[in-house]
Amino acid sequence: MTAPLHEPTAEAAPSAADEAAVATASAKAVQGRSLGRIAWERLKRDKLALTGGIVVLFLVLVALFAPVITSLLGQDPNEYHENLIDPLFGTPTGSLGGISGDHLLGVEPVNGRDILARILYGARISLLVGFLSAVVAVILGTVLGILAGFFGGWVDSLISRIMDGLLAFPQLLFIIALVSVMPNHMLGLTGSSVRVFLMIVVIGFFGWPYIGRVVRGQTLSLREREYVEAARSLGAGRLYILFKELLPNLVAPIVVYTTMMIPTNILTEAALSFLGVGVKPPTASWGQMLSSAIDYYESDPMFMVVPGVAIFITVLAFNLFGDGVRDALDPKASR
Amino acid sequence: MLAYLIRRFFAAAVMLVVIVMVVFGIFFLIPKWAGVDIALSFVGKQADPAAVEGVREKLGLGDPIYAQVWEFFKGIFAGRTYTGGGDTIHCAAPCFGYSFRSEQAVWPVLTDRFPVTLALALGAAVLWLIMGVSAGVLSALKRGSLWDRGAMVVALSGVSLPIYFTGMLALSIFVYGLDLFDGQFHPLEEGFSGWFGGMILPWVTLAFLYAAMYARITRATMLEILGEDYIRTARAKGLKETTVIGKHAMRSTMTPLLTMLGMDLGALIGGAILTETAFSLPGLGQAVLNAIKNQDLPIILGVTLVTSVAVLVANLVVDILYAVIDPRVRLT
Repeated sequence: MTAPLHEPTAEAAPSAADEAAVATASAKAVQGRSLGRIAWERLKRDKLALTGGIVVLFLVLVALFAPVITSLLGQDPNEYHENLIDPLFGTPTGSLGGISGDHLLGVEPVNGRDILARILYGARISLLVGFLSAVVAVILGTVLGILAGFFGGWVDSLISRIMDGLLAFPQLLFIIALVSVMPNHMLGLTGSSVRVFLMIVVIGFFGWPYIGRVVRGQTLSLREREYVEAARSLGAGRLYILFKELLPNLVAPIVVYTTMMIPTNILTEAALSFLGVGVKPPTASWGQMLSSAIDYYESDPMFMVVPGVAIFITVLAFNLFGDGVRDALDPKASR
Repeated sequence: MLAYLIRRFFAAAVMLVVIVMVVFGIFFLIPKWAGVDIALSFVGKQADPAAVEGVREKLGLGDPIYAQVWEFFKGIFAGRTYTGGGDTIHCAAPCFGYSFRSEQAVWPVLTDRFPVTLALALGAAVLWLIMGVSAGVLSALKRGSLWDRGAMVVALSGVSLPIYFTGMLALSIFVYGLDLFDGQFHPLEEGFSGWFGGMILPWVTLAFLYAAMYARITRATMLEILGEDYIRTARAKGLKETTVIGKHAMRSTMTPLLTMLGMDLGALIGGAILTETAFSLPGLGQAVLNAIKNQDLPIILGVTLVTSVAVLVANLVVDILYAVIDPRVRLT
């Protein structure tokens, strides 16, 4: 009744010599290993993916505790330190963008805000938008993908055409267009919160077809399997088959595509903030820091390097972790 | 083949109508539901009430929705005359809208800037195809070697870097540090070498990102194809390895790449916005960026529409090429 992926894997053949050994071996065979356990054991062996995962975990913690960390460092992301700025050029005094014991990554040109504090707060925006837009995409993509694959016919044609259409559009432009036509106050939100909300919804909306296509394809092949037929012949209803038989088997591809979607979404958020349709100043965001850094790439390159490297490390860590999760959950690979 | 072509053209025409409706929806319907005064956002922030009313009348925002869509659609083919608020503005066909803020039709802005974006996209595409496909093929052939792992690490880094950051790094190294280029855009009319010198950094930067993706896809496809029976047959026949790879394996590897190329080129017409911003290239993307800053919605609308059409055309061309290369496609 359960999914084929959960079938117990055959353990080593029992040796006839020792009866006790036979007993333990068969006990092991009955116990079996869940998909999650198998995936975890494989993931543990993949050093690159594990490193990526640790970095991701670290970033999540940093984002969660950004206010605590900055107050421990005695910094505030929006506090001006104009005494650290060269009044003539507007760039930080001191070497490498004003790095000092107080300001570990230096200060911004002109107003002298602490770059480390702003990077820490920027991580919150990046990860929040990256995760939640992926959640929006996963929910939409899973529901619509299952509907298309399970019901077929005109439902499938309609949903598939919509997915093709959405994938073919120049997404960045549509996101820019949507974000820029929206009001500055909505649903009781103002300022940067509106933009964060909009980015989550809009990036999620343009991301669902990627998941939807995979889920549809999987559903199409799964619904013809014997175990679904068996459930149906036992009188199971459509909803039961959808939720109890199909959904558990779709978890693996959904998890894989979600992990791979988060870094893309983080890059999109950074791009939107870079172009000025993301969060509004003074809210710190990596993309927006880079866009202010454009004017200083000659005189204060540190200001550009720090947020750029922050984006790079984050996205790379997610990509490495995502690749590892994909390999670990791949049913075709040997176990 | 003819039936296939007719079917594809028909599908493209349907998509065109859908695109116009979606774009219209984004700019006119969604803001309305969200409670934004469309006329106000088309004039810009500091407009006096009379000007706003004039624009409202000119765009016919009081008319039923289907009439607005029709006027919008008709303007593209027959041109459009905006009357209201005491004056009349004529926008010649193809009318992709009129910017009340900068007082100019959108279409000339698009045609002025399109060549720069096209040159950027095509030049980069040539580079990334050469770099990506050769890196991918080499990685697939020497699977697991130091080269393979190195190339894949570089490729993974490439897709993890925001393009505007790579662009700024390139500018600060090659323009400011080494002084190899002046970092400025020069129109082609002022001479080829100046234009070429201005485009080379944007090309390489953009190509680096895409080369990374193409290398990953090429490697995966090539590995899959090298495991197929017909490759074993070709080897068993005693063909030279270069023929097996170059003729038999490459042909199958190219088909998914071609599909990607069509979609990417189409998307790049709009997606080059980040590259253009980093290098201050006067292309379509920069027009969008300026429009965002000035709240000039008609320009954003025009670029969105035109690039969607570009994507459509690129996909159509790829589909036809695909049918030429792989006859099986025509049947579906």
